[in-house]
Amino acid sequence: MSYLSVTEADRLAMLEAIGVASVEELFAEIPEQVRLRRPLALEPALSEPELVAHLEALAAKNVHTGAELSFLGAGIYDHYVPAVVDAVLSRGEFLTAYTPYQPEMSQGVLQSIFEYQTAICELTGMDVSNASGYDGNTVAADACFIAKHATGRDKVVLAEALNPQVRQVVKTYAPGFGLEVVEVPHHGGATDPDELRAAAEGAACAIFQQPNFFGVLEDAPGLAAAAGEAGALPVAHVDPVSLGLLEAPGNYGCALAIGEGQGAGNYVSYGGPHYGFLAARNEFIRRMPGRIVGETLDTAGERGYVLTLQTREQHIRREKATSNMTTNQTLLALAGLVYLSWLGPQGLTELGETCMGLAELAKARLGLPPAFPDRTTFKEFAVRVGRPARDVIRECRAQGVHPGYPLGRDYEGLDDVLLIALTEKRTPADVERLAEVLGR
Amino acid sequence: MAAPESYPDGLKYHREHDWARVEGDEATLGVTWFAQDALGELVHYEPPAVGDTVSVDTSYGEVESVKAVSELIAPLSGEVLEVNQAVLDAPETVNEDPYGEGWLIRVRLSAPAEVDALLDAPAYREFLATQ
Amino acid sequence: MKLIYERSQAGRRAGRLPHYDLPKPELPEHLRRAAPPRLPELAEPELVRHFTALSDRNFGIDTGLYPLGSCTMKHNPRVNERVVALPGFRDLHPYQEDEGAQGALELMWNLQEILAEVAGLPAVSLQPAAGSQGELTGLMLMRAYFEDRGEGDRRDTIITADTAHGTNPASVTMAGFKLEKVETDARGNLDLADLRAKVSERTAGLMLTNPSTLGLFDEGIVEVARIFHDAGALLYYDGANLNAVCGISRPGDMGFDIVHYNLHKTFSQPHGGGGPGGGPVAVRDIVEPFLPSPTVVRDGDGFRLDHDRPKSIGRVRGFGGPFGVFVRSYAFIRAYGPGLKEMSETAVLNANYLLAQLKDTYELPYERHCMHEFVLSARSLKRDHGITALDVAKRLMDFDIHPPTVYFPLVVPEALMIEPTETEPKERLDEFVEVMQRIAREAAESPEVVKEAPHHRPVRRLDEVRAAKNPVVKYGFEEVTTPA
Repeated sequence: MSYLSVTEADRLAMLEAIGVASVEELFAEIPEQVRLRRPLALEPALSEPELVAHLEALAAKNVHTGAELSFLGAGIYDHYVPAVVDAVLSRGEFLTAYTPYQPEMSQGVLQSIFEYQTAICELTGMDVSNASGYDGNTVAADACFIAKHATGRDKVVLAEALNPQVRQVVKTYAPGFGLEVVEVPHHGGATDPDELRAAAEGAACAIFQQPNFFGVLEDAPGLAAAAGEAGALPVAHVDPVSLGLLEAPGNYGCALAIGEGQGAGNYVSYGGPHYGFLAARNEFIRRMPGRIVGETLDTAGERGYVLTLQTREQHIRREKATSNMTTNQTLLALAGLVYLSWLGPQGLTELGETCMGLAELAKARLGLPPAFPDRTTFKEFAVRVGRPARDVIRECRAQGVHPGYPLGRDYEGLDDVLLIALTEKRTPADVERLAEVLGR
Repeated sequence: MAAPESYPDGLKYHREHDWARVEGDEATLGVTWFAQDALGELVHYEPPAVGDTVSVDTSYGEVESVKAVSELIAPLSGEVLEVNQAVLDAPETVNEDPYGEGWLIRVRLSAPAEVDALLDAPAYREFLATQ
Repeated sequence: MKLIYERSQAGRRAGRLPHYDLPKPELPEHLRRAAPPRLPELAEPELVRHFTALSDRNFGIDTGLYPLGSCTMKHNPRVNERVVALPGFRDLHPYQEDEGAQGALELMWNLQEILAEVAGLPAVSLQPAAGSQGELTGLMLMRAYFEDRGEGDRRDTIITADTAHGTNPASVTMAGFKLEKVETDARGNLDLADLRAKVSERTAGLMLTNPSTLGLFDEGIVEVARIFHDAGALLYYDGANLNAVCGISRPGDMGFDIVHYNLHKTFSQPHGGGGPGGGPVAVRDIVEPFLPSPTVVRDGDGFRLDHDRPKSIGRVRGFGGPFGVFVRSYAFIRAYGPGLKEMSETAVLNANYLLAQLKDTYELPYERHCMHEFVLSARSLKRDHGITALDVAKRLMDFDIHPPTVYFPLVVPEALMIEPTETEPKERLDEFVEVMQRIAREAAESPEVVKEAPHHRPVRRLDEVRAAKNPVVKYGFEEVTTPA
């Protein structure tokens, strides 16, 4: 079969060494009533060319961002992924390595995680980052878990302007964590610090998003202060691509910073795999879930890297672990590191300016009424299209353009609202085309 | 660096590998040589706060090595009078001197009769032989 | 080796993005970043060299034998990397309309059907991001099932084996259950007497992997299932060891009601140094209503995402799950078809071949044929020569062999858990045996060589105590980070 080396001669030699007459004998201890005595009902094996043809046929049925001019965002963004990212990720020493439990075999992965942790701390203004979480949604659940155990409180507050999938995942995890979840509604696309403060009384943490799901810039320092005044840990869910322009959460009073890393170095890939990031002030280091890499010396005095504080993790602390996370998203976080290194600080700032500038251009050119007037936005903005957004999407797609995300899917009263995202892969000519299909 | 194996007479021992030095209605608590040997070099001590109540047979804190974390099981009940700052600053003190400089907390006993349930050194050594 | 931050030089950059003549956007003062982040500044040539140098200091399955027990380090086929990069998969936005994602949805549907057949359970969710998330999902499904029946408050305990992987008890805690452990008997099966004593009306279910982490198939599994089902409880299968039994025995037929898979183990999603993975779950009909939302369903001739699941536990991960992982696992499975059975047979053959030749050199705690992995003990080496399982692991590195899993499962002292997988040829196995025997001899004749290993890696043994006591978890920029 496909990837097996074993020949009939190998098999005979090995069976002889084991002292059995057939492979079937090795399964003799399995009770007969649980043996499967028919072949698996699966399609016959494909040769490599047939396999590729089959997958190509499936891929051809998908309308991807190369086949359709897309202004879809809503948490996953079509940012440019540079060729160096592909090149580094395809190196078998990274791609096919396991979690670095044996550090002397894994200095490459360990050092790259250390560099990634550093980059995330730089972006977010925090002291410690883990090696990644599953995605930008589950890291919010992780943050709630940290906050609960750090404060002893069992209520968490979420801004309604936080990505709906983030809120859904927190609510799924909450019963097991013994957490009550309270939401603070948005008003005109933003969150009111006074309302957040009131809701955060007796709460372990308050999570808000910057820029928020609507692309609107919140008064993040004000929200962080409000949470802190109520005794709740302020947690900011941030867009890594915005952090060349926007202040780091650690610099305006946040205890934790989380987010979806996809926009920084991963392809959209129909939703995954990507990486969530989680960073914290130093006082929370022993409560951090997931892997953390630390610097140390070897017996010859040379610098090296190891997984550290492993007693937090499931393989030692077991039922008292800070999390059950084992496999996380290391390869995707490596992509993030390569990407951020490719951009550098100046590139990241320019990227933010370009996205924001294109969004302002699109806003002006489309001239559609804003769903949230008088709000500053980053790379996404919401407009009212005067009729069901889903109809508009259908009509635009028939002309080869996907105009954006229908906010009515997740929010009341917004059925006629489109959330339009601009990344640096869109051009002023693309904005013209969007205007054209929207009849502007 | 670690002390040689010993289980001093004059101390009382608990099956969860903790010891108590009882002086009147107060006691000093720590972990035995066996415990520090099993854990390896300690890197962190998570103590209770002064004024907290500790209850016999329940956890009052944690010590960590690189490979394991261990709950500290109270051999006796009482109120925490003092936490050993020397161990907070240098957890490996427990490995070097588990019964002296490596003490963990001092308590005022709330139920002195609990001492009778503890093992003396020979009985603890016997118990260890069965581990 | 330098950190990328130490290679950085002010003013250098690699990437250039398109520039348009646009007015510079106005950011409110109080939101503006005061100081730029200290990201690396280097041009592409040095960027590539840095990561190439890092990869040279790393060992993957592509490099050599990687017999980590419980991890299933099998070869990662290169064709899977080609197909996952097809633009139709790679550049598909997850919020694309269902009609524009029919290829992706069909792939997911097919994978759901395949996983259902392999498990012998009808309903599948692909959403969980990793095995441990699959476990957590499975436990949440149990809770939802019992709450729906009005037994939620009563059934508060999960039973696991004392050989369980650490994720099992951690997941139990995260799901809000209490934990009860049951012992393993001398033959490596669950101790049925202990089990009967511990199962009660408070039991929600069992979490078990079969074969166990000892690499042994539980001979009493039918009785185990009966005990739990008679008590009204459910059985959860940890699929970490599925590589042993594909096409040979199905968890659903063993009596399990909920199963999670590790796509990055059994189905060859590359481990990537620690992820990504995939942890889909398959369940019996009675649990299906509670599956995470959305799932992929048929819709006439096509497929769609079904969000209308009123009893669902909710969402555990974004979108439909880690799609790129599905592509690779699907391609892997389609290359085998029903031949997955031969895959498992070969995994078991390879493991037994190693066991037969090593059991006289090291201690074998359980006198049975193993499944796809087995556990040896280095206890006699420790007793006679002071050489531990850790020392053996470090010495293997000098021979370009990745160590097996050590010190797990906890029931075996000085444990070495060895899983060769089916993709290793006989010569690699023979070499492993030779090296393991050599190390046992060295333990007796020249123990210091073993004690001070590795000698031939980029670093010598690393001081993990130092790293834990004074954690340095990011580059210090201004400070010196390599003290004398």
